Amino acid sequence: MTGQYETVIGLEVHIELATKTKIFCGCSTEFGGAPNIHTCPVCTGMPGALPVLNKKVVEYAVALGIATNCRITQVCRFDRKNYFYPDNPQNYQISQLYLPIARNGCVEIETPSGTKKIRIHEMHMEEDAGKLVHNEWDDTSLVDYNRSGVPLVEIVSEPDMRSADEVIAYLEKLRMIAQYLGVSDCKLQEGSMRADVNLSVRRAGTEEFGTRTEMKNLNSFKAIAHAIEGERMRQIELLEAGKEVVQETRRWDDNKEHSYAMRSKEDARDYRYFPEPDLVPVVISDQWISEIKARQPELRPEKIERYTREFDIPRYDAELLTESWKIADIFEKTVQLCGKPKKVSNWMMGEMFRLMKEKGKEPEELDFSPEHLAKLIELSDQGAISSSVAKKVFEHIFAENADPEKYVEEQGLMSVSDEGALREAVEKVIAQNPRAVADYKGGRQKAFGAIMGQSMRALKGKADPAAVTKIIREMLDAQQ
Amino acid sequence: MANKISDETIEYVGILAKLKLSEEEKEAAKADMEKMLDYIDILNELDTSGVEPMSHVFPVNNVFREDVVTNGDGRESALANAPKRREDSFEVPRTIG
Ligand SMILES: [Zn+2]
Repeated sequence: MTGQYETVIGLEVHIELATKTKIFCGCSTEFGGAPNIHTCPVCTGMPGALPVLNKKVVEYAVALGIATNCRITQVCRFDRKNYFYPDNPQNYQISQLYLPIARNGCVEIETPSGTKKIRIHEMHMEEDAGKLVHNEWDDTSLVDYNRSGVPLVEIVSEPDMRSADEVIAYLEKLRMIAQYLGVSDCKLQEGSMRADVNLSVRRAGTEEFGTRTEMKNLNSFKAIAHAIEGERMRQIELLEAGKEVVQETRRWDDNKEHSYAMRSKEDARDYRYFPEPDLVPVVISDQWISEIKARQPELRPEKIERYTREFDIPRYDAELLTESWKIADIFEKTVQLCGKPKKVSNWMMGEMFRLMKEKGKEPEELDFSPEHLAKLIELSDQGAISSSVAKKVFEHIFAENADPEKYVEEQGLMSVSDEGALREAVEKVIAQNPRAVADYKGGRQKAFGAIMGQSMRALKGKADPAAVTKIIREMLDAQQ
Repeated sequence: MANKISDETIEYVGILAKLKLSEEEKEAAKADMEKMLDYIDILNELDTSGVEPMSHVFPVNNVFREDVVTNGDGRESALANAPKRREDSFEVPRTIG
């Protein structure tokens, strides 16, 4: 039954810009800290306070617009969106309606059936609201205006997505672009990237859109996927029962895996926008746009090209290494320190990805320093530690950013490369295992493995296995 | 001319502005708003095709500040005006269920 319906999804994505100060005042945008510590008359809406636009906000928004193939609105303005809510101290939000900073863009996402274009309708600059903490017990809410006035870019897509997978691919694409540009860290958990989902269903094959609902309060990819699936089913069940979908805003509760209609009073959609009288127009010259373009850091496609060309790394590896800005950053910094791109790539492609998968760590959560990985590669190359020890040390770099030199020294993991010490250890093992020696001489190759294993154990794994093998063979052959 | 503001309209505008108006106040507001709309009708008689809408009287563009923190801890001054305060937060009636 559900297969007869197509899901149509459009997204409004809010990205918090990584400026040092708020959009209209000199208050810090730092996350956390005591409530209301980063406030002033402007961002708490005191009468008579006047906003002054942060230039960096315009530059970041233009950079995002260029990177998503939008047309930049060269004369743009701000508008006032009027509504009453305690998180909004001015009783209006300064936003953009009539002349948003960018329009008509698109990004490409990968889907099982190939590359798909998701069109961007427009992108506008606006200020964030304060944060409300609801008290369950005494019917009050507490308001913190630290976030009030933090700059946001809202990116409005066309209704081009058809599944939760496409939505997540689109969000990942936007996040990657924003992170590469350095305009936002896009942490969903901290709310620096948020998505409202507009969803409708229609019978497969029809052109006309169904009635859509908007879902708010989605702060993880998992919640977004759940909410889409839940809302899709809810709408299909309504239609199958001969009922109608009501256009409304719904709030997704990820704990209860259910969405609720928000009361219509809160959803009074009459914002009575008008041009913001306290801010003058922003005129963005061709020259300013080219300056911003020139400053634009290398994005993923260029990085993939450069890694394959400059470092001679397979394309597949270059793609994985650049999938996240954070991983590309660690890779490049480590290469710069040790000058061995292939070795760095091997460590990251192998051990690092394995551990990330095992520990369920996201790229953004990686916190080991490139210096430590570079040192590990040096130690390993010098033969100071064996490859099995190196892997063990990497686990500690990965988990607690251990300094490999210190760690190896403290744990006594330096390789035994002294030929005499190796011979001594092997000699002892041969002397203590006459049966294994006899078996080996009798032609049983397996017995060699036992001697090898015991020798490595005696050396606590700190020896080059190839060197140990060579010594064992020499000694056993000499006995014959 | 002579625009008419209906009872529903004045009710709705009151809700949007969060105002509770008495019957007399409603009638007075209606009369004021009707006069304003009449005035707008006079303006609408002008041919403004080809004239760009003006949002500011000053011919000034691009007034910016640099992205530098200039404000310190504003907690006490901000909260000095709070009708109700709890620790470092404003306290308001519970908003959402
Ligand atoms: Zn402020």
